[in-house]
Amino acid sequence: MLSFIGRSIFQKIITLFFVSVVSFLIIHLAPGEPSQVDPLNPKFTPEMVERFQKAFHLDEPLHVQYLYFYRDLFTGKTVSWKDNQSVLAKIWERFLNSLPLFVVGTLITWTLSFPVGIRAAIFRGGLYDRSTTFFSYLLISIPGFFFAYVLIIFVVNTFHVPVIGMETFGLGEATWLNALMDRVWHLLLPSVLGATGGIAVLSRYVRGQMLEVEGQDYVRTAKAKGLPPEQVHYKHALRNALLPFVTMFGLILPGLIGGSVIIESIFSWPGMGRMAYEAILARDYAVILTVNFISAVLVLAGTFVSDLLYLVVDPRIRL
Amino acid sequence: MTEVPTDSLGRDHSMEAPLVPKQTRSQAFWDLFRQNRLALAGLMIFVLFFFVALTGLVLTSGRAPFLDPAQVRLQEKLRPPLSNPHLESLKPEEAPLLGVYLLGTDDLGRDVFARMLQGAWVSLTVGFVAVGISVLIGIFMGGIAGFFGEQHVRVDHLLSVLLACTGAGVMAGGGLIPGAMVLFFGLGLFAYAVFKKRSAIKGPMPIWLRALDRETLSVDTVIMRLVDIMLCFPSFFLILTVVALLPASIYNIMIVIGLTSWMGAARFVRAEFLSLREQDFVTAARALGVGSFRIIFRHMMPNAMAPVLVSATIGIASAILTEAGLSFLGFGVPPPHATWGNILSDGKGFIFDAPWLTFVPGLAILVVVLSFNLFGEGLRDALNPKLRERS
Repeated sequence: MLSFIGRSIFQKIITLFFVSVVSFLIIHLAPGEPSQVDPLNPKFTPEMVERFQKAFHLDEPLHVQYLYFYRDLFTGKTVSWKDNQSVLAKIWERFLNSLPLFVVGTLITWTLSFPVGIRAAIFRGGLYDRSTTFFSYLLISIPGFFFAYVLIIFVVNTFHVPVIGMETFGLGEATWLNALMDRVWHLLLPSVLGATGGIAVLSRYVRGQMLEVEGQDYVRTAKAKGLPPEQVHYKHALRNALLPFVTMFGLILPGLIGGSVIIESIFSWPGMGRMAYEAILARDYAVILTVNFISAVLVLAGTFVSDLLYLVVDPRIRL
Repeated sequence: MTEVPTDSLGRDHSMEAPLVPKQTRSQAFWDLFRQNRLALAGLMIFVLFFFVALTGLVLTSGRAPFLDPAQVRLQEKLRPPLSNPHLESLKPEEAPLLGVYLLGTDDLGRDVFARMLQGAWVSLTVGFVAVGISVLIGIFMGGIAGFFGEQHVRVDHLLSVLLACTGAGVMAGGGLIPGAMVLFFGLGLFAYAVFKKRSAIKGPMPIWLRALDRETLSVDTVIMRLVDIMLCFPSFFLILTVVALLPASIYNIMIVIGLTSWMGAARFVRAEFLSLREQDFVTAARALGVGSFRIIFRHMMPNAMAPVLVSATIGIASAILTEAGLSFLGFGVPPPHATWGNILSDGKGFIFDAPWLTFVPGLAILVVVLSFNLFGEGLRDALNPKLRERS
């Protein structure tokens, strides 16, 4: 067990190193210089460009730049090239904005997918099963930005509530109840949109797992014994079908930083995805690389956690 | 003259041995596939989409196209679908081809129908080319990992690759000719190191030469770690970054989507190859003295294609979605050319006044992507050997 943990952490650190090298190379070898972002700006004199390059070590060779960048990152001193603010502080602020979207979206996904998937598996081949199958394909296939506008048109026309942004501007005099409802309405659409793909995929997965377990001999035995169907489905089958999902808790970790670029820019939500998008437009390499690095760390940590959970949950696996 | 009995495929059955199955494999596949009505609908929409995109390309390109998607008629802006043009205010050459705005006009008075036709070809080519690239890379990587996976990377391989990388670095740094020389020297050395036998020199070797023959990691480990590295990148964010940094062009999008989505295909091919490699027909082929490449391409690849085909079909759907998302954000094909994503993006300012600018491209993307997904799932079911035996 300990050796497995040690080996796995060692492997992940090596992977992380290569990810950092590759992302650094992709950014820096792409054509165009960050100092040329705004060539028409009269304030951008050659002296300015030179000072800019000096400040961010852009005149050094690539490998020296790499070392400077990751030294700064690990000591927490990286600053944005755009406004000289600390990148980590910026990310933290935006992360707190994205967090409610993530939490609500994940809750919607997990609470909806399980009942839908289980019911579809129990009544396999029936009308309910076929229609949920079709709906989940529909949800996977619908482009997020189109669905966003459909929902905006629907909600705004039906309920007459504002939905763009995090809250309505200038709501100072409102009672706490109005303010709360305002926040809820603003939160609802983006988090539902964030959850659509998840619901479709997860409910199909739940259905597949349930079907697999329901086909096993011990379930048939339980049915043959004359146990009530609820007990067979929920006590015998479901508990074993749940096993792979425990490990999926690890895999939702990367979603923390992902933040949907498209959804957040449609709803003007000042979250992670929008910050990353703005950084790309401004060629703010420090922010892009930091976001990339943190999300790679989260992906690796997620797989590590899910491996560990598997070890804990499933006694059949011995490494 | 006696009549020779033939089956529906027109093949001769008069000499048939009694043990040959009644149905050919493709017939069995088709019978199974046909039962899935959703998948059949997906296939039909896919074929229809293909022809629409092709006619769209013919009708909207050239110097004087039949349907000009870039024709601006400011006096006719934001007309709803199926409305008749005000012919008295238009020059004759500005009038729409069919005498009616089938899908309305946008905020510059351009015919949405013509723009949709032009955009269909973009979606189609992006989907197919991007997935083609990713499948080729995936088959190559997965095939090497699955077939040659047990062999080890030697120190001389690593050194020659390092040399080639240095050459590429020097080239990128400005020294074109010396860089290219080092690069080609490294590549040549690599090719030599791969094809030479393990210890080409007979007799005692000096220590440093023997160090070159030291085995390090296995090929399988190297490729699978590469897959792990690629999976660490947040894919849409990576694609967005690269596309934003590169000059705007449809080809860059195809290549970038292809280069960032080959991991699934590589894993499938590797898994299939690992199991196929141990099977009797491969052993028999090897015993007959068939070469490695012939075994790979003639004997193993056709048997490994089923999961790749399924993931490619679904990959096309997600590539179309990715491209639409990119052009919605304003990257990709430069403006006068229409794509479904940027029609929707242009129309987002008018969602309450001109909802057709949102619904027409949105529904088109939805239907096409849905058809690819349904077709892919049907393919998966029909290619599944468990289901085939049951029927």
